[in-house]
Amino acid sequence: MGISRVAVLGAGNIGVGVVTDLVLHGISAVVVDVSADVLARAEGEIQKNIRYAPMLSKSLPKLTRQEAAQRMTLTTNLTEVAECDFVIENVTEDWSVKRSLYQELDRILPADICCGANTSCISITQIASVTQRAPNIVGIHLMNPVHLKPTVEVIRGFHTSDRAIDVLLSLFAQLNKESIVVEDMPGFVSNRISHLFMNEAAFVLQDQVATAEQIDAIFKKCFGHTMGPLETADLIGLDTVVRSLDVLYESYQDPKYRCCPLMRKLVHAGYLGRKVGRGFYVYPEV
Amino acid sequence: MNATAQSSADDVKATIKSFVVRSINFSNFGDDDDLFETGLVNSLFAVQLTTFIEKKFGIEISADDLDIRNFRSLSATTDFVLRKRAELAA
Repeated sequence: MGISRVAVLGAGNIGVGVVTDLVLHGISAVVVDVSADVLARAEGEIQKNIRYAPMLSKSLPKLTRQEAAQRMTLTTNLTEVAECDFVIENVTEDWSVKRSLYQELDRILPADICCGANTSCISITQIASVTQRAPNIVGIHLMNPVHLKPTVEVIRGFHTSDRAIDVLLSLFAQLNKESIVVEDMPGFVSNRISHLFMNEAAFVLQDQVATAEQIDAIFKKCFGHTMGPLETADLIGLDTVVRSLDVLYESYQDPKYRCCPLMRKLVHAGYLGRKVGRGFYVYPEV
Repeated sequence: MNATAQSSADDVKATIKSFVVRSINFSNFGDDDDLFETGLVNSLFAVQLTTFIEKKFGIEISADDLDIRNFRSLSATTDFVLRKRAELAA
């Protein structure tokens, strides 16, 4: 029998995408966030994603608002995840937040329930170390827009069991996603490399070698990437990118991960990217 | 198409083009160019474009209207807006 009810912790960009994907595939989601305002915004975004999903992917179904609403519960009460079959955690990339959350989950969840830690750069082994269920902690790195991405990076922590990997892979199979399973080091494969691209692109901009448009155009038109590194950073959120770079820098103690001062300056200025309408680019109001 | 209708169609096209150009920082595309196939825009943009059209032209886009063929090019999007406006006026 497949997984029918999944807890989604954290209702930010990725959390919204995860819930969208679950609901579109007939899986119920219990969405938890510390902020009722964030949950309200998330519900609107999820409904918007579901509305547009069939236009963007022929394989995704048309659901009414009511059908979608019936498949999700939004709450600030973490104890409501107790009866879920699986947990996908997407809270902010802050170690102290993740640590206290996993310790709380140990008190709420049955011992055999597995948790997928959706993190950009924090080691899965480090997350597992603060829980009583290290074999049941498996890493996930989902990318935006989650419901349109056919492949996901799955990370095996030092103590992750084969059962936990199998449970997660079966969940992703229900979502029609292919999984690529890799070993655990901070940043895994994707972000360890992609954040160097984004950071160096910011340095190139800072050094006035090229404009943001030129940098992104070279990646799109010469390398064939769908988006350039600066557009990608704007989409992820510059605050998130800076936090991830800081985690990579601290984890590897390697100066190649030093954050570009221009990117940090934009974050301090409130230019966090697409979500606020301004980052490396200015986005027209819709 | 009479002169008034042509003027309206031109206005709609100009309004949509202005939004597209501001969004992608690129203006060198033809009215019939497939913006998605040429890689000028991605799926995220399709959502922004339809949201813009709903707000700007006061059109309600139904689930059946949400077909990427309606928004592939400047011409297709303009035709869609004019068709929906005509339906509203009828």
